Amino acid sequence: MKVRDIVTTLDGVLLTGEGLLDVDIQAACGADLMSDVMAFVKENVVLLTGLVNPQSIRTADLMDIRVVVYVRGKTPPKDMVAEAERNGMAVIATRYSMFLACGRLYEAGLRGGGTREPR
Amino acid sequence: MKLRYDVPGDDLSLAGKASAEVKRALGRLGVDPGAIKRAAVSMYEAEINMVIHGGGGVATAELSPERVVVVMEDSGPGIPDLDLAMQEGYSTAPEWIREMGFGAGMGLPNMKRNADELRIESEVGRGTKVTIVVAFGAAGGAEA
Repeated sequence: MKVRDIVTTLDGVLLTGEGLLDVDIQAACGADLMSDVMAFVKENVVLLTGLVNPQSIRTADLMDIRVVVYVRGKTPPKDMVAEAERNGMAVIATRYSMFLACGRLYEAGLRGGGTREPR
Repeated sequence: MKLRYDVPGDDLSLAGKASAEVKRALGRLGVDPGAIKRAAVSMYEAEINMVIHGGGGVATAELSPERVVVVMEDSGPGIPDLDLAMQEGYSTAPEWIREMGFGAGMGLPNMKRNADELRIESEVGRGTKVTIVVAFGAAGGAEA
């Protein structure tokens, strides 16, 4: 699924990252806890989160995640969008909740995700 | 090449900058992306811990063609029970840290999972020294 399909599927607003619209995304990670994101080892990932603070951008950058979707109608402040832009990332805002956003992407064909056995 | 950073202890919004810089330096050296990610994640978790628990400190990263050795040293309260702290889900972080997206008790386990070598020396009332070694080209570390 391309980044532009993610924007469409989520009725999203692209805040930065025009140049990434044709990048292919194969997996999604939905999390508000950044340590959970760091336990997620996949390539070509979109991160869906409700955590609007600089750590969400920084965690994504460290994990080579180039697309971040902010759910529940949250919009990151300009300085965060600017940091994402400097890092060469795309930022999308959607009105959908985490559940609905993940569900819509799954339904649209984005199926890659991590699993870990309970321990 | 040796990099050194002062990690401030009072501002979580700055945490992660040292790790991001080390990540970029490794990228410039042409290190394998998987190894870079493992080094970045373990250093970032240690850096967050240093800000949350250690009151800040000093981070150094020694880069060589074979590996990176990261040392994070603080003068914080120390870790009373290291075995307990290593357990996934165990956390002493305050509530406001959780609101910032951390404090789920995943930091040390994530560091262990990603590092080829993790040494934690801690003394209550004196501080904690964390040494992380990530070897380039090694298959170890991260789970698939």
